[in-house]
Amino acid sequence: MAATISGDGSVVFDRVQKSYDGEVLVVKDLNLKIDKGEFVTMLGPSGSGKSTCLMMLAGFETATHGDILLGGRPINNIPPHKRGIGMVFQNYALFPHMTVGENLSFPLEVRKMGKDEREAKVKRALDMVQMGDFIDRRPAQLSGGQQQRIALARALVFDAELVLMDEPLGALDKQLREHMQYEIKHIHENLGITVVYVTHDQSEALTMSDRVAVFDDGIIQQLSTPEALYERPENAFVAQFIGENNTLSGVVQAIKGDAATIKLDDGTVTEALAVKCGDVGNRTTLSIRPERVTVGGNKTKNSTDAKVLELIYLGDHIRCRMNVHGNEDFIVKVPNSAGHTHLQAGETTTVSWGKEDCRALDA
Amino acid sequence: MIKSLLLGAAAGAIVASSAMAAEITVVSWGGAYTKSQIEAYHKPWMAKTGNKVISEDYSGGLAEVKSQVEAGNVTWDLIDVELSDAIRGCDEGLLETIDPSILPAGADGTAAMDDFISGSITECAIPTIVWSTIFAYDTSKIADGPTTIGDFFDTSKFPGKRGMRKGPKSNLEMALAADGVAAADIYDVLGTPEGVDRAFAKLDTIKADTVWWEAGAQPPQLLADGEVAMTTAYNGRIFNAVAAEDKPFGIVWDSQVFDLDLWVIPKGAPNKEAAMDFVAFSTATEQLAAQASYISYGPARKSSSSLVGSYHTKPDLAMGPQMPTAPENFATAIQNDFEFWADNQDELNERFNAWLAQ
Amino acid sequence: MTDATTDTNGMALAADGTPLKKRLGQALFRSKMRALGLATPLLLLIFFCFLVPIIIFLIRGVHNDTFEVHMPAVSVELAQWDTTSEPTEAMYAALAADLVLAKETKTIGKVASRVNRELSGTRSLFTKSARKAKKLEAPYKDALIGVSKKWADIEVWKALKVSAKSWTPAYLASAVDLKYNADGSFERKSEERRIHLQLFVRTLEISVIVTVMGLLLGYPVAFLLSTLPARTSNLLLILVLLPFWTSLLVRTTAWIAMLQSQGVLNDLFVIFGLATDEDRFSLIYNKTGTLIAMTHILLPFMILPLYSVMKTIPPTYVRAAKSMGATDWTAFWRVYFPQSIPGIGAGGILVFILAISFYITPALVGGEDGTMISNFIDFHMRKSLNWSLAAAMGGVLLTIVLFLYYIYDKVVGIDNMKLG
Repeated sequence: MAATISGDGSVVFDRVQKSYDGEVLVVKDLNLKIDKGEFVTMLGPSGSGKSTCLMMLAGFETATHGDILLGGRPINNIPPHKRGIGMVFQNYALFPHMTVGENLSFPLEVRKMGKDEREAKVKRALDMVQMGDFIDRRPAQLSGGQQQRIALARALVFDAELVLMDEPLGALDKQLREHMQYEIKHIHENLGITVVYVTHDQSEALTMSDRVAVFDDGIIQQLSTPEALYERPENAFVAQFIGENNTLSGVVQAIKGDAATIKLDDGTVTEALAVKCGDVGNRTTLSIRPERVTVGGNKTKNSTDAKVLELIYLGDHIRCRMNVHGNEDFIVKVPNSAGHTHLQAGETTTVSWGKEDCRALDA
Repeated sequence: MIKSLLLGAAAGAIVASSAMAAEITVVSWGGAYTKSQIEAYHKPWMAKTGNKVISEDYSGGLAEVKSQVEAGNVTWDLIDVELSDAIRGCDEGLLETIDPSILPAGADGTAAMDDFISGSITECAIPTIVWSTIFAYDTSKIADGPTTIGDFFDTSKFPGKRGMRKGPKSNLEMALAADGVAAADIYDVLGTPEGVDRAFAKLDTIKADTVWWEAGAQPPQLLADGEVAMTTAYNGRIFNAVAAEDKPFGIVWDSQVFDLDLWVIPKGAPNKEAAMDFVAFSTATEQLAAQASYISYGPARKSSSSLVGSYHTKPDLAMGPQMPTAPENFATAIQNDFEFWADNQDELNERFNAWLAQ
Repeated sequence: MTDATTDTNGMALAADGTPLKKRLGQALFRSKMRALGLATPLLLLIFFCFLVPIIIFLIRGVHNDTFEVHMPAVSVELAQWDTTSEPTEAMYAALAADLVLAKETKTIGKVASRVNRELSGTRSLFTKSARKAKKLEAPYKDALIGVSKKWADIEVWKALKVSAKSWTPAYLASAVDLKYNADGSFERKSEERRIHLQLFVRTLEISVIVTVMGLLLGYPVAFLLSTLPARTSNLLLILVLLPFWTSLLVRTTAWIAMLQSQGVLNDLFVIFGLATDEDRFSLIYNKTGTLIAMTHILLPFMILPLYSVMKTIPPTYVRAAKSMGATDWTAFWRVYFPQSIPGIGAGGILVFILAISFYITPALVGGEDGTMISNFIDFHMRKSLNWSLAAAMGGVLLTIVLFLYYIYDKVVGIDNMKLG
C-alpha cells in the first residue's frame, strides 16, 4: 500500500503565496490552520484565489512561496499521487470508460489492494452513499445527483483522512443541492475526516461548515464559524458577501469604548458598534442586517423615518424596500406573523435597530 | 442588310483561312531528343507551310493512345514510338495506316522504299531514327575504362553501382551477350526457357549493386551524381550530356541494342492530313540528316548518312562516329527483335518483376 | 404530459385513433423528403461519377470479351471442346474464318494480345496466320498447321479456350498468383512468376508499420497540442498542416534530397563519423525510404483526429486519477489512454486506408523492395496495358480493405471511432 502522508488530516498553510505569471499574486499571504476532523469551507467570488489554494493543497499547483503542511509534514515536494488526499471535482470526473464499481476500485487497485478487500471497500463506500445497486452502471447512465454520490464515494473509498471538494454541488439543481449538503455533512460527521470545501455559494458554506474562510483578492478576509461570520462580520466585504446587508455611509465623530458616534452623509448622527471604523474623522460603512430592523414602534436613539418604496410578498415574510437616510435600497424584512404591521407603498413609517446590530466597518 | 452580308463573308473568310493554317500536336520523348526534332523538323515545316506544331512530351508506351482512341477523344496527331509499339498499335487498330507513296525519294534519287533501312517501313509507321541502348561511365572516375559488355557485369574488376532500365527489354540481351552469346544468336537463346534462366542468372550477379532507372533522363543524372559507376542508357542522352554539358562520360558500344523510332498517327487524329504532310516532310533525306547534328541518333535513310555533318554548336565535333550505325560502333550490335518482345513481353515482364521483388 | 392512449394490443394511438407510429411517420415524411432533396445532387454525383465507374472497372477484372467478340465462330466451337481430345476440322475451319474476319477489321492485334497473355508466343502466331488466312483452303487443319506447326499444339488450343470465356476468373486468379486452366482447375504459378501475393503482404506490412509509426510519433504531438493554450496550439497546428500546402510530389522529392546516398542526412552521418564516405547508408530507393516518406506524409491524418478527440478529454480525469494515488504513467495508461482510443481508431483507419493504396511516394522512393501493390496496378494500366489484370488486382485490394474494415468493426466497433 502506497504510503499516504495525509497523516491525521490536519492542514497548515504557512505564509503561502502563488503567482502564475510572476507579476500578479493570486494568493497573497495565506495563513490557515485546519484541525483534524474539521469541515472548513473556502468561500469567495470567482478569481478570489480559493480554488488555487485547493489545487496547491492537492498538489496540482505548486506554491510560489511558503509551506503547506499536511499532518505536520511539509508537502511542497510531494507529487499529488503520494499525498493520499481524496478529492471530489466540480464535474465529478468519473471515468466514462469504467463502471461505477471500477471507478471506485481504481484507487484501491493502484494501492495494490487484494480483490476481496477491494470489493468489500467498494461495497461499503457505495452503501454509504446509498448507491449499492448501481455498481455495474456506467457514469453516463446515471443522473447528475447519482454521479455526484459516486464521485463522493470514490474520494472516500481509500480511507483518506483529508477530502477536498471543489464546488461539488455546482451542477445540481437547488433541491438536490440542499439534500446533498446534509448528506455530505452527515458523512463528514460519521467518518471524522477533515474536509476542505470550496464554493462560491454562501448558504452552502454556512450550512455545512465548522469554519468558513472568506476569500477575496487573494487574501482571507475572515475565518470564523458560520454564526460569527454572519453575526459579526469584520469588514465591509464580508458583511456584504455573507447574507443580506444594508449599508449607510458616514464619518466617525467620536469613539468611546466599543461605541462609535457616526455622522451620516445626510447629516444625521447615529450610534454604532465600533468594529473596524478606525479613528475619529475616518469614513465608515455601517452594516445592518435587514432582519434586525424593526418597523414602527417607539422612537429610540437609533430610530429614523423611512419612506416605503416597494413591497414584495414572499410568504413567510414581506420584503420591504425603503428610503432610509438617503439609501433607497434599504431592505427590511417584516415577518408574516399574526398582527404584524401592514405597510403601504408611499407611506412614511419609523424604523429602528439596536446599537449593537449596527456595525461600523471599513469604508 | 448588305452590311451584314459583307460581315458574314468576312467572318467566313477568317474561318477559312484559319482552317488552312492547321495546328498539329506532335508527341515525343522530351529533352534533347524533342529539341532535335523541333530544330530539324518542326521549324522548317512551320516556315514552309505556315502551319503550327504543338510539341508535347510523354514517356512512351501505348497507354495514352489506347485511352484516347477507345474514348473517341483523340487529341494527338503524331507520336514518336518504338518499333514494337508501332507494330502492336497497328495490329490492335489504334493507328492509322500510312501510305508509303507519300514519302519523297532520297536526295540521291533512290526510291523511298529502298532508301529506308530495309523492312523498317511498316503498315502504320514511318521510321526516323536508329537509337541504341548502350552503357556509359564517368571517365573522370574510372581512368582505365571498361570496353566490353562483360566489364559491365564484372563488379570485381570495376567496383561500384550499376544503373539499368527497370524492365527486361535490352537487359536480357546484354546479359546473354556478357555471358558469351554471339549477337546473332541472342534471340534464339532467349527463346528457350534455359536461355531465359541463363540471362536472369547473369543479371543475378549484379542485382545487389543495381540502381534501376525508368526515364531516359535519369541515367546521365545518376552518373553525374555519382550514384552509379556505370549505367545503361540511350546513346543520345549520354551524347547530349557530353556535347552540350561537357560531362566526362564515355560510351561503350559493345553489344549495343539498337531499335527504331517511328512516326505513327493515332486512329481518328484530328488533323490527319496535316500530320501526313509532316511525316513526309520530316522523313526526307535533308531533315533526317539535319536532326543528326543535334543528337547522335542515326538517320533511318541511307541517303542521309553522307549529309550528316558536325554538332550544331561545335563544328569540330563530327557526328558520324557518334552514331550507333557508325561501322566501328556497329560490329557487335544487336537489333531489338520486336516480334520476340511482342510475343514474350507479358511473360518476361512478369518474371522480371517477380525477380526484382525477390 | 400525458401518456398516449393505447389500443388493445398496447400500441400507442394518436388522438384520432390512428397508430401513433404511423402519424409520426407521416409528420416526419415531408422533412425527410426535403433533406433527401438537398442531398440528391451529391448522391447522384457520387453514384454516376464514382460508384458506376468503379463498378464498371471492377467488372473488367472478371469480364473480357475481346476474343468472343472478334472470333465468334471459333468461340462457339471452343465452348463445346473438352480440352483433351484432338481439335476437330470444324474448329480449324472456324478459326480460319475468324482470322480472315479479324484481319479485315484490324482487330487481330487485340485478339493476339489476349491469347498471348495466356500463352506466350502466340501473338506472332496469330498475326502471322492472319496475314495468310485469306489464301487458306480446306482442309483447314492441314493448311493452318502448314502455316505454323504450333497450331497442332494442344496447349495453344487450351489457351484459346481460356481466352474464349468472356466471364472468367482467370484475372482474379492471376492477381493472387494462380493460373486458371482450360479445364476449369486452378494451380499455383511457377515460382519465378509469383509476385502478387508477396506484394499484397508487403503492402499490408508497410501500411501497418506506417500506421504504427504514425501513432507513435503523432500521439505525443497531438497530446501536446491538446494541452497547450489555444494560441500556441493553433500555431503548432498550422505547422502540422503546413505539409498539406505543398504538393505530395514536392514533399516526396524533398525526402529524396534528404535521404539519398549523397543527400543531407548521409552527409551529416559522414561528418559525424557514423558512416564512411564509401559506405553510406541506403535510406532511399528501398523499403526504409518508403516507410520514412509515407509516415511523414500521412502523419497529419493521424494527428488531427487524435487532437480533436484529446481536446475533448478534460484534464480533471488525469487529476482525479492522480488524487486517487495513480502515478503519472498509471493515470495516463488507465484513464487518459482509454479515452483517446476513438481518436486512435479514427486516425489509424484513416492512415491505414490511405497507406494501403499509396502510389506516388513508393513509386519515387520505393526502389524494388519498397514498391506496393498500387504501383503494379499502375504498371498494368500504363505499361503492359493489361487493364483486366489491373482491375482484378484492384478488386482484390478492395476486398482486403473491406475485410479488414469488417474485422475492425467486429473487434473495435466502428461506432467507437471519432473524427472530431
